Amino acid sequence: MSARTVRRRITSGVMTGLVAALSFTAVLALLLILGDLIAKGASSIDWAFFTKSPVPAGETGGGVANAIIGTGIIVGLAALIGLPIGIGAGLFLAEYGSGRLGFMVRFIADVLNGTPSIVIGIFAWTWMVKPVGRFSALAGSAALAILMIPMIARTTEEMVRLVPHSLREAALALGYPRWRTSLRVVARTALGGIVTGCLVGIARVAGETAPLLFTALGNLNFSTDVRHPMQTLSLQIYVYGTGPFEEWHRIAWAAALVLMALVLILAMVARRATRQRYGRVR
Amino acid sequence: MTTLPIEPVPAAPPSIETPSAEPRWASLRGVNASDRIYRGVLTVLALFLPLLIVALFAQLFVSALPAIKRYGFSFLWTSTWDPVAEIYGAAPMIFGTLASSLIALLIAVPLALGVAIFLTEFAPRWVRQPVAFLVEMLAAIPSVVYGLWGVFVLIPFLRSYVVPPLKAVLGWTPFFQGVFYGNSLLAGGIILAIMIVPYIAAVSREVLLAVPSSQREAALGMGATRWEAVWTAVLPYGRAGLIGAVILGLGRALGETMAVTMVIGNRHDIALSALQPAYTMAAAIANEFSEATTNMYLSALFEVGLILFVITVLVNALARLLIWRVARGAAVGSKAL
Repeated sequence: MSARTVRRRITSGVMTGLVAALSFTAVLALLLILGDLIAKGASSIDWAFFTKSPVPAGETGGGVANAIIGTGIIVGLAALIGLPIGIGAGLFLAEYGSGRLGFMVRFIADVLNGTPSIVIGIFAWTWMVKPVGRFSALAGSAALAILMIPMIARTTEEMVRLVPHSLREAALALGYPRWRTSLRVVARTALGGIVTGCLVGIARVAGETAPLLFTALGNLNFSTDVRHPMQTLSLQIYVYGTGPFEEWHRIAWAAALVLMALVLILAMVARRATRQRYGRVR
Repeated sequence: MTTLPIEPVPAAPPSIETPSAEPRWASLRGVNASDRIYRGVLTVLALFLPLLIVALFAQLFVSALPAIKRYGFSFLWTSTWDPVAEIYGAAPMIFGTLASSLIALLIAVPLALGVAIFLTEFAPRWVRQPVAFLVEMLAAIPSVVYGLWGVFVLIPFLRSYVVPPLKAVLGWTPFFQGVFYGNSLLAGGIILAIMIVPYIAAVSREVLLAVPSSQREAALGMGATRWEAVWTAVLPYGRAGLIGAVILGLGRALGETMAVTMVIGNRHDIALSALQPAYTMAAAIANEFSEATTNMYLSALFEVGLILFVITVLVNALARLLIWRVARGAAVGSKAL
């Protein structure tokens, strides 16, 4: 074996080791962050944490019940607004999206997916907070819905495209009109994938903070009125994490752990559902 | 009804499946009214996206107009930000946004490409799915949680273990001057790097998966080592897509708000040193929007938002075009949560 061959083999081995080490580093970052969340957050989590609202600054105790409920309401409303539009747009892209309009919508969806959420936040403020002169959970939901739509549209499209064309042909050959074929056969077959996409979309906006800063605003008291400011876990983590009190930091870590668990559970449920159905696609 | 023998009989009995009054051959030709309604509804829903992007641009522009008229282009390169005197110059934020994103890319690109190459070319099969999943999970962590971790874990770590040796070695360069208080360009850049790794890695991976295996086989068949096959055949083939992936990550970094706001220091100043506090456009909006009491102040912040929006739209559009060249039409990266 010539020296050159040896050198080439060594280079190959070293580079293999290097990319493996880089992958390990990335995974390590995740484990470190999750580990810190558990280490700093888990001890503060007890029953009261889930059932009580925050106490005034300086006192100890209190929980994030209002933030958990608020997150549920705001994200739920956002899903109510965003999912139908997103799924509809996704069906359009999959069924009729081969032309110029389809290309344009697809491209814009991808571009909107990368739009900073803070920009969506001030946009929602201009349209929904400024005219009524009051911050509201509804405006926050609208902002989150806007964030959700392009994401849902693209995943729906992808999932619907996975449905074999023969199914569609079979339905049409049986005399089904196109719209029924599309809804009852094609979308029905892709349902699992569409639901997965929706869950992923919901999980992602559930952790958003920036679009809520000037819309839902946050609220230290318990509130379920969507026309008024409302607290979310993300807003609470921001306010408490950047606040001056040790006690607040403690609660911020615990809230972060809860939020993270929520997002991860949603994401994992989504993954599992996709793997069962489409595990062999790639 | 004797025109064409193959024409279905229009007087066919109404079917059980489709209780519509229309004759069935009409639906087969696609002239069914309900089909048109269906297509119309979907089209309207899809048109929401183009309308949204136009509305975003128009609204930001209208809201920013007073500031644009009053300050013109000097808004972009002057650095005084004085709400009391009503003088606004966004240069420090634009600088901070670009500088923090640059630091992020310097760290994230090798990491993410390493992950993508490892996962597609070298890793044993059983490692691929779990590692890809874990790396993509980085994208599932909410921005504000990154911020919290940055404030309480990353910054103390940097202060104790990273900055002292960094200063010892590179302290003479302009990039590592001054006292490190914690909140800094460096901290912002590192947090951003961790945040964009999953996006760049996921898209790069899909790009590399789209490279035909004949490319690898040809290189290996000519006696290349595995690394040489990757370096000389696979990476050049996917180059456009990989550049697209990096630019996509850049787009994410430019617009990232919460985590950066919490660690970058929020100071209206241009400092070359990565150890000094800085500001980004997104952070400025997040911090000051609710304090903006005058119309001109608000308008200036809207102009910052407009600049940010236009930059990210351009960056993302470029990234998508590059990625589509390789993996045509696929919603690459949408799987990254």
